[in-house]
Amino acid sequence: MMAEILSVSFLAGLLAATLRMATPIVLAMLGEIITERAGVLNLGIEGTMLFGAMTGFLVTMSTGSAWLGVLAAAGVGMLLALLMAFLVVFLGLSQHVSGLGITLFATGLSMFVYRLHFGSPTVPPTVTPMTKVAIPLLSRIPIIGPGLFNQYVLTYAAMILIPAVWVLMYRTRIGLTVRTVGENPMAADTVGGNVNLVRTLALVAGGALMGIGGSFLTLAHQNMFLRDVIGGRGWVAVAMVIFGNWNPGRGTIGALMFGLLDGLQLRLQGWGLPIPFDVFLMVPYVLTIFALVSVSRRAAAPAALLKPYRREVRG
Amino acid sequence: MKRVVVVVLVLVVAGFAFAGGGQEADDGAFRVAGIYQTAIEEPWDGVIHQALLRAEEELDIQYEFTEQIAAADFEKVVREYADRGFDLIIGDAFLAGEEPSRRVAADYPDIAFAFGSEFGPAEPNYSVFDNWIHEPAYLSGVIAGHLTETDTLGVVAAIPINEVNRLVNAFKAGALSVNPDIEMKVAYIGGWFDPPAAREAAQAQIEAGADLIYAERFGVFEAARENGVLAFGNMSDQNELAPDTVVTGPVWDMYPTVEYLIGQVRAGAYVAQDLKDWSMMAKGGARLAPFHGFEDRLPADVVQQVNDLTASITAGTFRVPIIEEEPVSD
Repeated sequence: MMAEILSVSFLAGLLAATLRMATPIVLAMLGEIITERAGVLNLGIEGTMLFGAMTGFLVTMSTGSAWLGVLAAAGVGMLLALLMAFLVVFLGLSQHVSGLGITLFATGLSMFVYRLHFGSPTVPPTVTPMTKVAIPLLSRIPIIGPGLFNQYVLTYAAMILIPAVWVLMYRTRIGLTVRTVGENPMAADTVGGNVNLVRTLALVAGGALMGIGGSFLTLAHQNMFLRDVIGGRGWVAVAMVIFGNWNPGRGTIGALMFGLLDGLQLRLQGWGLPIPFDVFLMVPYVLTIFALVSVSRRAAAPAALLKPYRREVRG
Repeated sequence: MKRVVVVVLVLVVAGFAFAGGGQEADDGAFRVAGIYQTAIEEPWDGVIHQALLRAEEELDIQYEFTEQIAAADFEKVVREYADRGFDLIIGDAFLAGEEPSRRVAADYPDIAFAFGSEFGPAEPNYSVFDNWIHEPAYLSGVIAGHLTETDTLGVVAAIPINEVNRLVNAFKAGALSVNPDIEMKVAYIGGWFDPPAAREAAQAQIEAGADLIYAERFGVFEAARENGVLAFGNMSDQNELAPDTVVTGPVWDMYPTVEYLIGQVRAGAYVAQDLKDWSMMAKGGARLAPFHGFEDRLPADVVQQVNDLTASITAGTFRVPIIEEEPVSD
């Protein structure tokens, strides 16, 4: 068994699977971090990802271009985020209820639009998916090369976005404004920041990332759309935001850990160990819970998270 | 302003909710109801739905269905169709639906009920059926046993229940019948629809040496295609998903069951029974999917052996064993 673990193809395969499986979670998580840093919890994430996955698939099917599909997924993610902004920023309704409502709405709408187009065929229609791109030279390094540098463009994009979002949030004026709006909206308002506009824009930017994260699953990782294609990956992203203490870098560690364990459990199932398969399926989720429990004591959520901003009401 | 918006939204939603009311027109037509716990895109319930759609076209019946029925609503939905006087109620009773569907059937002895179930029929009017497609699964295994070069086969399945287990075991038995060195790896993805997980499971099996994958669920073919290995579909003819990858696979056809049931009810001859035979090869309820582009790529002796076995199965001279214990990786 040790020989199997240490074999080159096993390690390279596991590394590659880790990045692939972490990609949609990382993209959605970055979107959720931007949103929550501005003080809005967007539980519409799971539905936004599904609607992005469906729209991306549909657009790719009718235009033949997967990149137009990704663009469309980002677009509908933004639209759903605008709806969320209308509910929680403009109307000031409960963020929990509005977010879950949007997930339910977007889930139903995804299936509705899909069926309008395709009916209910026994065999789902497919598109030509994106192909992996090997980076010259780097992809030739043993183990790490095929593991890390032969991936989909969206995976590379997600990995580049991690430091980019960190720089945006912690090293730019825009990031400072967003974080101030999430920590102390009154202070942001006092110095001339438009709290509700910033929150709306943060939601829209986050929604685009969630939509793209969903489209990765139907346009790169798979070539078909089925209901439940997101399979709770949006909720995992929300957990990773908390695990990462609202920091893109630390959240990514969580997402990669989840991807690694998920890739590992699928490989362990092939070893014929006398353990029920349910135990393997549980592994990534159980460790997510442990990780959450271990960090949650020092978790520091943005102070104004969940609170609608009203000038006349003291926060 | 806020209040006005909320009131408008409530009115719009209420408008949608009340717009759907309709009236019952009993014009003596033969009416069949479909009761599905999952969405009709799910392959198992989808097979029943497709058969009833075909019956609507060919057998002069009226067909209505309800899908995605939650456990708590199951009895209510079945009872509603029974109250409306449907002639035949067909559905998927697995797990949550077993008790309620049998309860309603007992209250309406004049209506024919036929449900997908792992248990037996109940007098006087409750019949059961199931996807007994282990025979074409065995034939797929025979082909896989001949084609494999690594002697390692992969299976990606949803969860280990009897309906899945007997297919996987038959696939393995078929492969072993022609190649005693076969090792099989099995992975479960834990749900009905998770193509990304299925793909990763297949990828892991391919990396561990599998060169033919039986895809009990959707999602496997992408991994197979990318790695240049072949795969088998399940439940329907799935060749079009990946024409150069999908060799064949067991197909379930509920039309013979539906046709037989409607005929029996119309003739007044309906009795509660286990409809198992109507989902097997001899009566056309199960078959091997067409080879499509693999017609010419498969070795002639393999095709000949499959054809001979098919003849023996339909003639009743060869029985594919039904093994329902949970398959595990070798």
